[in-house]
Amino acid sequence: MLARKNLQLNEHGDLHHLLAIEGLPRRIIERILDTAESFVGINEREVKVVPLLRGKSIFNIFFENSTRTRTTFEIAAKRLSADVVNLDVARSSTSKGETILDTIANLTAMHADMFVVRHSESGAPYLIAQHAAPHVHVVNAGDGRHEHPTQGLLDMFTIRHYKKDFTRLTVAIVGDVLHSRVARSQIHALTTLGVPELRVIGPRTLLPLDAERLGVRVFDSLDEGLKGVDVVTMLRLQNERMSGALLPSASEYFARYGLTPQRLALAKPDAIVLHPGPMNRGVEIDSAVADGAQSVILPQVTFGIAVRMAVMAILAGATR
Amino acid sequence: MSEHLLPDAELLFATLKERMAPAIAYDARLVGVYSGGAWLADRLAAELDGEHPVGYIDVSFYRDDLATSGLKATVRSTQIPFSVQDAHIVLVDDVLFTGRSIRAAVNTLFDYGRPASVQLAVLVDRGGRELPIAADYVGAPLIVARELMLALDRHDDGTFVLTTEPWKAR
Amino acid sequence: MKIAIRNGRLIDPASGSDRQVDVFIAAGRIVAIGEAPSGWHGNRDIDASGCIVAPGLVDLAVHVKRGTLATEMAAAAAGGVTSMVCSPDTDPVLDEPGLVDMLRWRAQSFHGARLHPLGALTKELAGEQLAELSKLSLAGCIAFSQADKPIVDHQVLLRAMQYATTFGFAVWLRPEETHLAKGGVAHEGEMATRLGLAGIPSSAEIIALATHLELARVTGTRLHVCRVSTADAVEMLREAKRRGIRVSADVAVHQLHLTDVDIGHFDTQCRLTPPLRSARDRDALRAGVLDGTIDAIVSDHTPRPDGSKQLPFAEAAPGASGLETLLSLTLRFADAVGVDPAQALAWITQRPAGVANLSAGRIALDAPADLCVFDATAYRIVNRAGLRSAGKNSPFLGYELPGVVRATVAGGHIAYELAA
Repeated sequence: MLARKNLQLNEHGDLHHLLAIEGLPRRIIERILDTAESFVGINEREVKVVPLLRGKSIFNIFFENSTRTRTTFEIAAKRLSADVVNLDVARSSTSKGETILDTIANLTAMHADMFVVRHSESGAPYLIAQHAAPHVHVVNAGDGRHEHPTQGLLDMFTIRHYKKDFTRLTVAIVGDVLHSRVARSQIHALTTLGVPELRVIGPRTLLPLDAERLGVRVFDSLDEGLKGVDVVTMLRLQNERMSGALLPSASEYFARYGLTPQRLALAKPDAIVLHPGPMNRGVEIDSAVADGAQSVILPQVTFGIAVRMAVMAILAGATR
Repeated sequence: MSEHLLPDAELLFATLKERMAPAIAYDARLVGVYSGGAWLADRLAAELDGEHPVGYIDVSFYRDDLATSGLKATVRSTQIPFSVQDAHIVLVDDVLFTGRSIRAAVNTLFDYGRPASVQLAVLVDRGGRELPIAADYVGAPLIVARELMLALDRHDDGTFVLTTEPWKAR
Repeated sequence: MKIAIRNGRLIDPASGSDRQVDVFIAAGRIVAIGEAPSGWHGNRDIDASGCIVAPGLVDLAVHVKRGTLATEMAAAAAGGVTSMVCSPDTDPVLDEPGLVDMLRWRAQSFHGARLHPLGALTKELAGEQLAELSKLSLAGCIAFSQADKPIVDHQVLLRAMQYATTFGFAVWLRPEETHLAKGGVAHEGEMATRLGLAGIPSSAEIIALATHLELARVTGTRLHVCRVSTADAVEMLREAKRRGIRVSADVAVHQLHLTDVDIGHFDTQCRLTPPLRSARDRDALRAGVLDGTIDAIVSDHTPRPDGSKQLPFAEAAPGASGLETLLSLTLRFADAVGVDPAQALAWITQRPAGVANLSAGRIALDAPADLCVFDATAYRIVNRAGLRSAGKNSPFLGYELPGVVRATVAGGHIAYELAA
């Protein structure tokens, strides 16, 4: 029964945990993006720190290793003056018999205020949010193939920065949508923000069977799918999926679905290219595109700090 | 609400401007605290003699009441388009009350550099200080019931008016 | 022990009787229905006023683990279940006659429900070498099964069916194609896509069922299809029965109520095998029960410790505790589809008894005294504290359900009685 209520919002309708974009009201997404605008300026100052979360303890609990993502959360927390503790749980303690909930109980006893959680299984942050003390906030930093909400939000921030109005955009998401938490968060964010045409492009082995039910148009051909788009998101192709029953080889994938300058020319002339990183150059994206004028991949990283600061600041200010 | 019981904000503004004119540095930079202080800083810069670049501060990220009040729904970007280092700064706010916003504004300012001096100009001083903070320039002192929030509003034609309303219950 | 059950409404689907009548029990058997035998001096009177007196429930799908037999027997009694067929995937696997003897002997010591083991069809359920079916049968196995471990090699499956049929043993199989189901934890559909959970496609069940039906046809095997979960499988069974193939089927009662949408935000109580499927599947399963394509409703009772459910969805152990909600959920289903409780009781008494070829599931003179006395109009809220099973895992925790068991008589003993 517990699992049926909306865990993310408190009784005032404010954000208490950030677990997924799905189910987030538009006003909350927009508030996060607006707040992040203010943090962009702070990140450009000489003194990049504000005292907002002074005395708060934020634990980065990464059951799945990701130095990159962990670092962005760490920087964001430090710029808010929070105390940050990094725990690379990475399966070691859970395999020794300590359960996730044991870990969480221990950290709560250390007076944690916020958990930033990454886990290889979908739904793990929900489990933690259901069992966390009421004052503790949980941020999903990527769970299995479910969602990666802060990545989705920073993508929205980036798109808004360059394109302003979501309600006139055609957006394409290319590649391994089936296994991608980034794709799910993007799809929900883009549909909530009113993007009229959202496309997913990829071989059918890498697309969910019910993709259309998520409100997207499915394209088999990259050339067809890129026609007239304003925004292209290239998804990372995991190494272990490059050869086997999903795909014959990385080079065949690149031949069909790699984003080259020639293919990008099919999109609108001012189209922008996003990638959640880390990139596989020559697999899903050509270096000429990744480093080209239409790439906004580095601004994504910059904006990512501001967006994560905004999320943490808003959560820390929510009371239960 | 009961606007007619409050003093005319335009008269207070005139008094404030009159008191600042002979006293502030010719090149003093005006930094308004959102939102009332920002409007005041704009008008002061336009109407005072001399060159007075204007900046704006949103103190949301420097407040000490996040745990009880949360983050304000709309945070605006702090914009200080000049160097704070070694500058003479006049902070401008509409109402001086507990002093906590001014503390937050001063801290914000110092994260942009080390000013030569910082002064404080307010339209209304309603007393009730909780910190050792005083204004250098005051339009007028005013006694208002603690239960009421006093704030500056701006008509479409740019003229000022004071308003009161109960503190927003969260 | 001589027991009189007085003033109840006796419903016996087997004989079609539905009347206000007293039942008298002595020496483990029903000795009179109606008038007390002459010179009756009972030890106990059970007042069944306002209650239904039904045959004890027959549950074809119960998983018991070592060390939990006492609690699970108590759960069966509290749920009105007096005959239960237990799956061979115990620890160790029921592939040796000695293990079967021991399990049955221990179960009998509780004076509760009769426990009827299914034997392993292959050694260790590994799907390679046949188990000693004849010896297991003599030890008391009523049929043979692979539990949740399908035989991947169809040649082995064919031979297992041929061998079982030689001796007239029934083969109980849950249809699931191993490779299509591999890694899956939820029904492959929109919900699994949204939640980012690996899916088990309906085709995994349909392909395996097609294989099972075909092999049963060519070998003449008496096949029982366990835990049907998809609409297309129901249609295939309907067709197979029409063609005269000797096949029966059961469905887990939660499949008649819940769908994959009930997983909500990763509710591990809804992590089940087979997975909760779509609303279309659920409706087809309901129709399959109503038209007799599906013979029996079962609990698929799978108690799990809390720790095994307090995990991320995919890592959580599948299964739900079900003995204590089988009756209530069947009544609720009957109500939802507009069927009289008297008819609904057949799905959990007479019909499953027929599938398992048991003498239980009926109220008749000289029949074993297995009865369930319950108030069909009373409601109760399912909660952890109220469950006697060691497994407090149920997707129905917090639900208010009809049907409160007042007393369970098993083999002439009062196995359960609700405190007044």
